[in-house]
Amino acid sequence: MQSNTAAADPTARYYDLHEHDHPEGGSTMLGFWIYLMSDCLIFAILFACYAVLGGNLAAGPGPKDLFDLNLIALNTAMLLFSSITYGFAMLAMARGDKQKVLLWLGITGLFGLAFLSIELYEFQHMIHLGATPQRSAFLSAFFTLVGTHGLHVTFGLIWLVTLMVQVNRFGLKPANQRRLMCLSLFWHFLDVIWIGVFTFVYLMGMLR
Amino acid sequence: MSAPATTEVSPIFGRLSLDHLPLHEPIVVATFIVVLIGGGALLALITRYKLWGMLWNDWFTSVDHKKIGIMYMVLGLVMFLRGFADAIMMRLQQVMAFNGSEGYLNAHHYDQIFTAHGVIMIFFVAMPFITGLMNYIVPLQIGARDVSFPFLNNFSFWMTTAGAVLVMVSLFVGEFAQTGWLAYPPLSGIAYSPNSGVDYYIWALQIAGVGTTLSGINLIVTIIKMRAPGMSLMRMPVFTWTSLCANVLIVASFPVLTAVLALLSLDRYVGTNFFTNDFGGSPMMYVNLIWIWGHPEVYILILPLFGVFSEITSTFSGKRLFGYTSMVYATVCITILSYVVWLHHFFTMGSGASVNSFFGITTMVISIPTGAKLFNWLFTMYRGRIRFDLPMMWTIAFMLTFVVGGMTGVLLAVPPADFVLHNSLFLIAHFHNVIIGGVVFGVFAAINYWWPKAFGYKLNEFWGKISFWCWVVGFWLAFMPLYVLGLMGVTRRMRVFDDPSLQIWFLIAGLGALVIAAGIGAMLVQFAVSIWKRDELREVSGDPWEGRTLEWATSSPPPDYNFAFTPIIHGHDAWHEMKQAGVKRPLSGFRAIHMPKNTGTGVVLAALSIVCGFALVWYIWWLAALSFLGIVGYAIWHTFNYDRDFHIPAETVAATEEARTRQLAGQPAVQGA
Repeated sequence: MQSNTAAADPTARYYDLHEHDHPEGGSTMLGFWIYLMSDCLIFAILFACYAVLGGNLAAGPGPKDLFDLNLIALNTAMLLFSSITYGFAMLAMARGDKQKVLLWLGITGLFGLAFLSIELYEFQHMIHLGATPQRSAFLSAFFTLVGTHGLHVTFGLIWLVTLMVQVNRFGLKPANQRRLMCLSLFWHFLDVIWIGVFTFVYLMGMLR
Repeated sequence: MSAPATTEVSPIFGRLSLDHLPLHEPIVVATFIVVLIGGGALLALITRYKLWGMLWNDWFTSVDHKKIGIMYMVLGLVMFLRGFADAIMMRLQQVMAFNGSEGYLNAHHYDQIFTAHGVIMIFFVAMPFITGLMNYIVPLQIGARDVSFPFLNNFSFWMTTAGAVLVMVSLFVGEFAQTGWLAYPPLSGIAYSPNSGVDYYIWALQIAGVGTTLSGINLIVTIIKMRAPGMSLMRMPVFTWTSLCANVLIVASFPVLTAVLALLSLDRYVGTNFFTNDFGGSPMMYVNLIWIWGHPEVYILILPLFGVFSEITSTFSGKRLFGYTSMVYATVCITILSYVVWLHHFFTMGSGASVNSFFGITTMVISIPTGAKLFNWLFTMYRGRIRFDLPMMWTIAFMLTFVVGGMTGVLLAVPPADFVLHNSLFLIAHFHNVIIGGVVFGVFAAINYWWPKAFGYKLNEFWGKISFWCWVVGFWLAFMPLYVLGLMGVTRRMRVFDDPSLQIWFLIAGLGALVIAAGIGAMLVQFAVSIWKRDELREVSGDPWEGRTLEWATSSPPPDYNFAFTPIIHGHDAWHEMKQAGVKRPLSGFRAIHMPKNTGTGVVLAALSIVCGFALVWYIWWLAALSFLGIVGYAIWHTFNYDRDFHIPAETVAATEEARTRQLAGQPAVQGA
């Protein structure tokens, strides 16, 4: 039907004869974003379980007996600060300042480590009180939701250290910049999930 | 809150001991010996003909979407034979177990068989088949050279295979789940299933699920980012559209399966109380969650095949598809609606009239876009010059069979009717009617349609037709009696029967299964004969069916880089339009083509995953920890390799294209070009 317009050289009309290489990794950010959404669904299920089972105390301890909001506030601050410092690392990356990137990543890692330590302390304290994951469906759902988030932070830390080694050794080349962008998405994503945990599990738990 | 109730857990071997080898089951022992002999012969032949290097370099480590697609199809076919063996064993048991006879399978064995049959057919037959098809065809249809993440593609395939391997291991070491294919708690909890069966189930699905999710992400990104210039969304071939929707469903539903199985494993391993009977657990929570994955899953399976039927109907009617736009919208509607119907799988849960009505109505609503698709296919055929080749025959068989399955589905969607038919053989007949009539027939249509593209020669027609008729007749014989039995109230998963008047129906169904077996045999013969006589069946044009979409613009099989020059798209049915416009292949000006390198990382990670899964099943904690560390460590090590791509030199491209030019001109191809 379009043969008239293309009569001159249909081949050039239907084939890209002067194609250039596409920049490498052009799909990575989209792919990683979609992965994060699938991860988000896992958290959605854990939140749903907590919503359904969270009231089933089985005559065991409830949120008011267990949560210490001051500790959680400190914990939340650690994670939020780590997001800010990760942002500084990305700004340094945009300027091409490798040393600053490493510095801010290191600080981010320390904040992350502090978050994890406080969380582990909280878990240990609860288990010490007899509030174990096996005690009731509420505690099963609580430990699984918060623990899964903590596991994600742990993997984020391993990833962070790996990237620090790679940036240090190979510099801020495009592949590494892409990886830093992905970890950035991941790290902020964990922050968003934590806001949900903080509000939905801890704050609303104290109100219930 | 019960601790694992097994005997002893040794620090070295966990709970694995020689007692767990099913030596007391003569059927399993015989199977094991056959597998040993067959597998040994296969390995010996590969070694004898020195094929290991070729297999490793050209296939196992390949990141070429075409090779990965073929490997998926092989995996699906192998597992299909296993799943069908399970089916025919069940049929035989149900024929025999009347008048006081116990049949030949004890309950322990029979329960594993019906579980394994369902798990294998869905996860390790249907899923590899559709993933294989999408992998092979989608990049070609959109004019791309590979998928977005070629290494991830290879890794996904091996993870799926790792899951299949774990299921197969369970046949010979320990046992498989005896819970039915969705492993409902509390039956699947540690209190009622203390042995290794459910653990095999969990880890096989978790490992395979990683592969499925990643391949879903990969194909979505590929379709969104890698379409040839000019191919807007509404110019994509319908198969690509249905693949896109199926992959969106994969990414939006498999995480739910991952999460719910993780919770079940926590219940079993740690002693949490998500789905237990006491301490506040809720088994119905599991049933809800697993069907929130499970219902989209059935559309994951059928949507790509709807795309296949659309391509075939249009090609073999010699017309463009009737109502392309409505086809796309129908597909998208089904995609969305598939998320709001899950509760129809358990109307009998007792959620009340309003909830059941809602889900009953949404279920019936899905039949509207599906019906629209059927009319589109019929109108495409209307006044077309239909060629009744094998792909078209399978398509017509699908239309006739699937409609019946769809209508019984609408019957089941009525909650009061469902209270009578729930868990009956009527349900079994219904979903086999849609899955065999839709998915299996669709896969066979697709294999017959695209085989010439993948291998350069057509499939043998004679044996293909024998297979076709055996399958279609066998299907109706095997499953119509189940509708009757279901209406009479016979429930699923029964091992023995009291009422002798039922036996005749099981006998007919058993005969049907035998006819299907003949169909499978004929299909294997069809493949063998076609490979044997491939020179007679050779097809050099690359376009044996007068195709309309871009995969037919390439040689058969396509070169590693698919397209020497990326095509530019100006409308629907791009290749048809190019033929109309008289476009000639460019014969000069080739450029070097940027391609990804092969890697063995996927194989290594999947192998470690098998070890890890096996160790977890048997509580061999040190091995589980070690192999898990191995997975993480190896993955990190892999990221230190930045050198992942290379260029196919322009001379190689020119030589390949030159060989193609000779082939088209009817001259013998130059070897090694």
